[in-house]
Amino acid sequence: MTTLTLEKTVGSRVGVRPRAVVVGVVAALLAAAIAVLTLGTGEFPIPPADVVKTLFGQGTAAQDFIVNELRLPRVITAILVGMALAAGGAVFQSLVRNPLGSPDVLGITNGASTAALTVVILGGSSTQLSLAAVAGGLGAAVLIQLVGGKHGLHGYRFILVGIGMSAIFTGISGYLLTRGVQMENARALLWLTGSLDGRDWQQAGPLLGVLVLTLPILLLACGPGLRILEMGDDSAAALGVPVKALRTTALFTATLLVACAAAAAGPVAFVALIAPHLAKKITRAPGPNLVPALAMGALLLVGADWIAQHTPRVLPVGVVTGAIGGAYLVWLLTMERRAGRI
Amino acid sequence: MDKPGPAHPGRRFPVRLTGLLVSVILLAVVLVLSIGFGARFLSIGEVWAGLTDPASPYYRIVHEMRLPRTLLGLMVGMALGLAGAIMQALTRNPLADPGLLGINAGASAGVASAAVFLGIGSFYGYIWFALLGAAVVTALVYTVGGGRSATPARLALAGAALNATLYSYVSATLLSDSQAIEKVKFWTAGSLASADFATVTRLLPFFAAGLLVALAAARPLNALSLGDDAARALGARPAVIRTAVIVAVTLLCGGATAACGPIVFVGLLVPHMVRPFTGPDLRWLLPYTAVLAPVLLLGSDVLGRILGSPGELQVGTVTAVLGGPLFLYLVRAAR
Repeated sequence: MTTLTLEKTVGSRVGVRPRAVVVGVVAALLAAAIAVLTLGTGEFPIPPADVVKTLFGQGTAAQDFIVNELRLPRVITAILVGMALAAGGAVFQSLVRNPLGSPDVLGITNGASTAALTVVILGGSSTQLSLAAVAGGLGAAVLIQLVGGKHGLHGYRFILVGIGMSAIFTGISGYLLTRGVQMENARALLWLTGSLDGRDWQQAGPLLGVLVLTLPILLLACGPGLRILEMGDDSAAALGVPVKALRTTALFTATLLVACAAAAAGPVAFVALIAPHLAKKITRAPGPNLVPALAMGALLLVGADWIAQHTPRVLPVGVVTGAIGGAYLVWLLTMERRAGRI
Repeated sequence: MDKPGPAHPGRRFPVRLTGLLVSVILLAVVLVLSIGFGARFLSIGEVWAGLTDPASPYYRIVHEMRLPRTLLGLMVGMALGLAGAIMQALTRNPLADPGLLGINAGASAGVASAAVFLGIGSFYGYIWFALLGAAVVTALVYTVGGGRSATPARLALAGAALNATLYSYVSATLLSDSQAIEKVKFWTAGSLASADFATVTRLLPFFAAGLLVALAAARPLNALSLGDDAARALGARPAVIRTAVIVAVTLLCGGATAACGPIVFVGLLVPHMVRPFTGPDLRWLLPYTAVLAPVLLLGSDVLGRILGSPGELQVGTVTAVLGGPLFLYLVRAAR
């Protein structure tokens, strides 16, 4: 019986779920379509057909400059940030076995932003800011595991520890903001909200590198194990999953992704919570659902950026995701309550 | 000395009374310290002279800067502590805190809107918006958290959700106006530094009203802790009590936040620390909290002035850094 189940589980990792594929492809296509629209948006509107032509090198010199030089880096950054946040969020939700266990709620994002804020206030360069964000995120992950990980990473205890950590980091951030002068504060606050303004290859490049390095680890080494781990530590251990090693690898890889995304665009709120959860709801598949989540993350961030650029006063993208995410979180809480899970 | 049983029955009457007296003395000491510490340290004699003798060289320092600050800290500390205590009793949730539940963030959102959209820059203008924000969020967090059937985790999560959403709203509104950032930056960190007598006198009516409602709610809330049916049998009206508590929390937290920004953990910590001593009886818990919460707040403020000198650390930061670890400890200890 056990062997049968195991074979089935392991078999389905290679086997492709048609529903998941459809969801992933549709989300990716939608993301691409919105990306083309965004590339045409700005002070010089360009029709979508011309945008596509320009992307393939068939546009005029002016179009080529506007689309490929000015606007493309920002859109690529948006896609990569969305993917990184979604992948990180998917792993966290799977580890904590709860859709609310996202890096936003757990305080990882707050750790990254507090560290980055320190650099902004001290007047550091953008490279230092990125490094600080990554270090802060990883530091927060270590702290949260030290404090809350005694009985495993799951359950509300872990989430409550995260909430407490977030409150501490918020307090420190508040102090840091009072130390800055006016210009730095505006820069710091913009960064804290999460924005894609002025992002170029300097941000997109490193993030792409991190994604290329970590996604194979998550997809191939962690994904199948995480799916089994959702059945419980004991069952997973009985089925031959190296629980501790898997959990540590997954936690730190996911944290790295989230922190790098924060380094590139600031702590864009709630994408890491919504994207994987939506993907899971729609695909109805067990496990972290990494591939559909990646597509969903890209779609969400590109979509939020498009909305942000079309508001009367152009808003940073983090405001849009914050508004969408807060509503989603409240809805999620209500649903969880009805289902009797909390 | 009787041993506290599993349900924290607390100490016997004389012990409780002595404890309360000791707490009052402690509060007096912290009040004197708060007036004494600053750019120029004043001894007790100098504090006394500054308070009473208009001819004293310290009269102006004491009366224009340190006394209003200390009085504001006293009121805000009491307000946050009492709000936390009655929230914990109402929701039967040991983790309830006006900061963690997003009530202070609601008040912040009201203030930020007032500062940016209406150009309001004074406390007198803020307070109505802060109260409005606090009232909306109190009702919302209670509803989303599950109302009567709320569990600690559900409420904390509902609070976290509202906190995150409201803070992204606050930063979005502030971003559009860099002057507003300057106006409210000390305020967003939670600080007593801008206190003057005008703020103190304007906060007073809201504070006094909230205080009276909270203290009057002690007995009915005790009855309510037995459950709605038992409370009704004892002559209490659950719906009225809930409304009264929400009104009191709104007045206390909205007023405190309007005066000195969102401050976390005071409302969580103090009731927790005194509960083993007083037991769950709110008629003891609330007076203890009212006396010891300002001790924590003013103590944190004095500590912030010492640690941050020549400038100062905002009291909100100090309470977050002091209270956070204790919250984590409570989460770990709860099982």
